[in-house]
Amino acid sequence: MRLVATTIIALRALRRNKMRSVLTALGMIIGVGAVIAMVSIGNGAKVQVEASIASLGQNIISVFPGTLTTGGARGGWGSASTLTPEDALAIQAEIAGVVAVSPEVRDRQQVLSNGLNWNTSINGVSPDFLSIRDWGLAEGVIFTDLEVRSTAKVAVIGQTVADQLFPGSSPVGQTLRIRNIPFKIIGLLKPKGFNYFGSDQDDTVLIPYTSAMRRVARRTTLSSILIQSTTQNQMPRIQQEITDLLQQRRQGREPDFTVRNQMELAEAATATSRTMTGLLGAIAGVSLIVGGIGIMNIMLVSVTERTREIGIRLAIGAHDHDIRLQFLIEAMVLSLMGGALGILIGVGASQIVSQLNGWPVQVSSASIIVAFVFSGAVGIGFGFYPAHKAAKLDPIEALRFE
Amino acid sequence: MAAPIVKLDNIHKIYASGEVEVHAVRGISLEIQKGEFIAIMGSSGSGKSTLMNTLGCLDRPTRGSYLLDGINVSALNRNELADMRNQKLGFVFQGFNLLSRTSALENVELPMLYAPRRISAAEMRERAMHSLEIVGLAARHDHLPNQLSGGQQQRVAIARALVNRPQLLLADEPTGNLDTKTSVEVMGVFQKLNDAGITIVMVTHELDIAHFCKRNLIVRDGLVVRDELVVNRSIAAEEMKKHLAAETAAKLTVAAP
Ligand SMILES: Nc1ncnc2c1ncn2[C@@H]1O[C@H](COP(=O)(O)OP(=O)(O)O)[C@@H](O)[C@H]1O
Ligand SMILES: [Mg+2]
Repeated sequence: MRLVATTIIALRALRRNKMRSVLTALGMIIGVGAVIAMVSIGNGAKVQVEASIASLGQNIISVFPGTLTTGGARGGWGSASTLTPEDALAIQAEIAGVVAVSPEVRDRQQVLSNGLNWNTSINGVSPDFLSIRDWGLAEGVIFTDLEVRSTAKVAVIGQTVADQLFPGSSPVGQTLRIRNIPFKIIGLLKPKGFNYFGSDQDDTVLIPYTSAMRRVARRTTLSSILIQSTTQNQMPRIQQEITDLLQQRRQGREPDFTVRNQMELAEAATATSRTMTGLLGAIAGVSLIVGGIGIMNIMLVSVTERTREIGIRLAIGAHDHDIRLQFLIEAMVLSLMGGALGILIGVGASQIVSQLNGWPVQVSSASIIVAFVFSGAVGIGFGFYPAHKAAKLDPIEALRFE
Repeated sequence: MAAPIVKLDNIHKIYASGEVEVHAVRGISLEIQKGEFIAIMGSSGSGKSTLMNTLGCLDRPTRGSYLLDGINVSALNRNELADMRNQKLGFVFQGFNLLSRTSALENVELPMLYAPRRISAAEMRERAMHSLEIVGLAARHDHLPNQLSGGQQQRVAIARALVNRPQLLLADEPTGNLDTKTSVEVMGVFQKLNDAGITIVMVTHELDIAHFCKRNLIVRDGLVVRDELVVNRSIAAEEMKKHLAAETAAKLTVAAP
């Protein structure tokens, strides 16, 4: 095999017809560019989802009222609100391996201070809420269990609420009115940013869940219960025991609650972004194959067009495998060049997308390597048939070809 | 006498494509010695190209034996034949058959790229330039075929045929696409090569052209019907002078009122 000489021959042949070479590689350029851009955007989305899931806290089990096994006229989550503070206390008291429990009572209210007002989400919780959500305080303190028991009128606010109601001054020590009831602000949460559903986690006011039930939402049931377990491998057991305990407390009534762990929620969220990435990747992959077929197409045309050239080569001593190798190298060089250019364009495009839309974009080296190797393989794969066709030509007939 | 370069013994070629068989060569026996310069003549369809393709190892005879430089060509496979073409033979075609959009130099380098032994880039260039010098086109080495006249293109093709130092130079109607003056020019190159010891076999329609060779064969219906030495053969340099003189005379005649 005359590898060096054949490579020279192939490169000269490509140089001889630059326009055809560029057009042939174009399919590859677009295909690889699309793959890199799509996968980068998909990866960026996935990384963001994972980060915001991690920001929810570790090893968390949630209990929601209502069941997901919808049948007949039964509703979904939160339809039959029978989750009570006693349920939360029972979980805390009776189940081993539970490190923290926080009831949640959610409501939306207009809050006022200093003559400014702001519509925000009021979240009634227990002091454990902060450790469960792995959330720190920028200033001040969280309310105590005593304040929870005494339905105290105290609040810890998020950064967004602070910015809206107390621009330019510290909110701690000031007063905030919810439903015209004054709450003393005792703490300011550290900023946490947006979650993966796109809502601003800092747009919140935390108050004792008891106060939320009696004074704000005026209800006797909870929106949910958050439970944190010690370790991840305890989670299935704890989840089962919570289910059993709540069922037992309902004395034979049909289950009206749903126990979910954070993994399952995370799974659902990442599954969506994975599907997205997969879908984008598949579309881009199709364009890669189309690019490969484009190369094959033009190589086949070029075998016919170059029949006389092949005849000349055969007449002056080329072996059939020299011709085959030449066409394979041509196809491979084209697709690798297309691949390399496509990688540049794909990386560039994903940077532009991230600049324009503010999407997080993650260019992975794996996708670059895969795209490059794949384009080489496409070159060999789709180059083989035209190369074989060229190598089989009869020298005399090829020379006579017009 | 030394062993002949070519020894054909009762060569037959039958084309079996389609319904009718064409018996293109019907038992030609022929010996060619080193240093010969042969013109093959004959009417169209008489089998000249078939004979040349056989001599050129482009095609295998249906029957008969062919020894090229002592090697039995009939027994070789496709790639071994390719090596024979590369190492022992040089081809010049009627239609030049240069690679388009490829410089004269790279065209001449081509046979070396297919040589069984690897040749360094420097040696390739040097040998290609030397070949171009022989045909008088060294100064045009970077020209593309479409920047050269027909005669110049044919000389590049001759340089390409020479570059691997063949035993035998084969040319099928090399002057078929050229006018008289350029034909004489090309025949001059052949005579120079032959004087340097290269064996040449060519096909031509034209008696004038055949007259530049040393031996003429006439083929009819696949057989050699005449085989004679040329007496008083034309010398290209002299013919060129005559041609130029005639041209000048013609101009004078036209110019005179
Ligand atoms: N590949 C082929 N298949 C069938 N017949 C052929 C083929 N090549 C040549 N012939 C026939 O063989 C005969 C000799 O052709 P050729 O050697 O080309 O003649 P020449 O070169 O003297 O004009 C012709 O009758 C031609 O039609
Ligand atoms: Mg012919």
